[in-house]
Amino acid sequence: MKFKKILPQFLTLLFIVLIFGFFTMNAQENMDTRGIEFGFGFLSKEASFDIQFSLIDYDGSMSYGRAYLVGLLNTLLVSFIGIILSTILGAVIGVARLSPNYLINKTASFYVEFFRNVPLLLQIFFWYFAALRALPMPEDAPLIFGSSFMTIKGLYTPAPIWNNLDVFMIALIVAMIVIYFFNKFAKRKQEEEGKQYPKFLISLGIFVILPALTFFVGGVDVTWSFPELKQLAKTSFTYEGGLGIPPELIALTLALTLYTATFIAENVRAGIQGIGKGQKEAAASVGLTPGQVLKLVVLPQALRIIIPPTTNQYLNLTKNSSLAAAIAYPDLVLVFAGTAMMQTGRAIEIVGITMATYLTISLTISLFMNWYNKRIAIQEK
Amino acid sequence: MFKYLKQLTSLVAMVAVLFTFTTETFAAKKSKTLKNTQKKGFVRCGVSQGLPGFSNADAAGNWTGVDVDVCRAVAAAVLGDANKVKFTPLSAKERFTALTSGEIDILSRNTTWTLSRDADIGLTFVGVNFYDGQGFMVRKDSGITSTSQFKNGISACTNIGTTTELNMRDFFNSKGISYTPVAFEKADEVVAAYDAGRCDTYTTDKSGLAAQRTKMSNPDDHMVLPETISKEPLGPVVRQGDSVWEDIVRWSLNTMIEAEEYGVTSANADMMKTSENPQIKRLVGAEGEMGAAFGLDNEWNLRIIKQVGNYGESYKRNIADTGILPDRGPNELWTKGGILYVPPSR
Repeated sequence: MKFKKILPQFLTLLFIVLIFGFFTMNAQENMDTRGIEFGFGFLSKEASFDIQFSLIDYDGSMSYGRAYLVGLLNTLLVSFIGIILSTILGAVIGVARLSPNYLINKTASFYVEFFRNVPLLLQIFFWYFAALRALPMPEDAPLIFGSSFMTIKGLYTPAPIWNNLDVFMIALIVAMIVIYFFNKFAKRKQEEEGKQYPKFLISLGIFVILPALTFFVGGVDVTWSFPELKQLAKTSFTYEGGLGIPPELIALTLALTLYTATFIAENVRAGIQGIGKGQKEAAASVGLTPGQVLKLVVLPQALRIIIPPTTNQYLNLTKNSSLAAAIAYPDLVLVFAGTAMMQTGRAIEIVGITMATYLTISLTISLFMNWYNKRIAIQEK
Repeated sequence: MFKYLKQLTSLVAMVAVLFTFTTETFAAKKSKTLKNTQKKGFVRCGVSQGLPGFSNADAAGNWTGVDVDVCRAVAAAVLGDANKVKFTPLSAKERFTALTSGEIDILSRNTTWTLSRDADIGLTFVGVNFYDGQGFMVRKDSGITSTSQFKNGISACTNIGTTTELNMRDFFNSKGISYTPVAFEKADEVVAAYDAGRCDTYTTDKSGLAAQRTKMSNPDDHMVLPETISKEPLGPVVRQGDSVWEDIVRWSLNTMIEAEEYGVTSANADMMKTSENPQIKRLVGAEGEMGAAFGLDNEWNLRIIKQVGNYGESYKRNIADTGILPDRGPNELWTKGGILYVPPSR
């Protein structure tokens, strides 16, 4: 009886192992006949190509491993910004779709229907090429906010130059720890004595005042480096100094955000509509204000509906960021599975590493969101 | 028991048949790629996604160019018909994988012959069909007329996965100029971004610059700077491990170049059979057994010349007459001041 149960599983396992073994041997044999060796030694070799945009120190004399890191960080950067912005935009649009105001409601619906039904790659090309052509050349760029320039070569803004940045950062971390313990304390007070503190205002105060103090007593100082127009040739200009954000990053972030926000908006709408009318009426009848109804009754329940499908959207956004290769944003795919793969010819190793990396990023996001989902789930007592 | 015995015997017989079959083909020393090609009835050739003069498809899907002509020459030699080629357009990134994985049998896609490509990644370069070098394109109104006028902060558009990226770094580093590389996956996007004004200069092989200039919204607004910053010998590539196929492709190319040297053209090839010169007679299959070593008949080279033409005809048709690079420069025969020089067919 037990044997009968195990046999199908054993056969399945054997089948998978055999298939996997067959492909491995086949690849091995083919690589042997063509004189290709398998190995990861290339990662420490000199990359000898430069990358447009990097969060860490990089130049071509560093290794392929370092180039991989540059690509990975660029992918994480665009995914992170994209997730934050699309969540905010998605929440706003989702609520707007439920608005009784006809104009707001229809505008939001039109936005959702339009942006989710146009292929993402097309949207990326649109924001890059159409918007790029519409932007002014550096020498004609108007000032924005008194100090920034939006040009065809990117957005140039003032860059802060810090003195004793570490002291400031430590103050920021200390402020966050203090806020955490204050909130714990306030909660206990409320449970034991029914006393309520203006939690949000006090937290905000700590968050601003504590780091601000370091400017007076910690020797923290910040000066700004402003972008300045520089002439390269008779008709060609650029900006020097300040912080230059490449147009590729802007176009990619814009396209990913606008696309993914439509799906998140629909999740938010579903979440809010999923809460029965009776819940709100019951909450109001025990004397809660409309703000408290939203915060204490509707949102905690709506989030349970919103979180799981939104996790999928976060994963999609991260994976979709690989379309960056089309518009020269140096992400993991362009730098590592593109240039590095071509220069080394190590297709199997590099595609393997890239796949493993995306898998790890996705699983990490997934684990975090599952943890969060569990935290807000109904706790049966 | 007997039932099993019967099955076993048939199995043994089958294995034996298979075994003799394989040893026989080994004995014939025939190229596996050649055999597959003849079985399929077409040559599988990897080309660019559209580079005028080298490999470019028209609206009807007909491919033309000097790179295309190498594949057509091989088809004429091994299949008897230059049109029996299946072209696969490949990006710079895909090209080597497509070849090593067996998706194509010849890669004829303006590919630079370098040591690491030849030795490292399972490829063999069979020759050079175009001597090129990397250059820079700028807008005419910028007033730049030489790379010595480049300044810190210049941005350069280019393709990824090419020797271009590496040469560009070497060049700017040696001049001590800081620059921003903007590298795209496809050539069309590079052209569009440069044309829009994203970059101050566009860098790739000079032949590529000349060809892509024709795609700009206003070609006359742009010019290629005179400096050449690298050696880029472009040529066809095959997989490592099939030396007979390698020889066929190499000598198909050599035949085209040598035919030009001896004045054999698509028009006069048949008449050359009665030439006095034994070298010419060998080129048109009228003397010697030149095809036997590859497992081909004796008129393989005659078919190449008749159907595709010699190298000069191919260059004129694809590159000179289309206005891309009317001056042959280094791609002239060694007898006429260029560096085209191939070993003799004998």
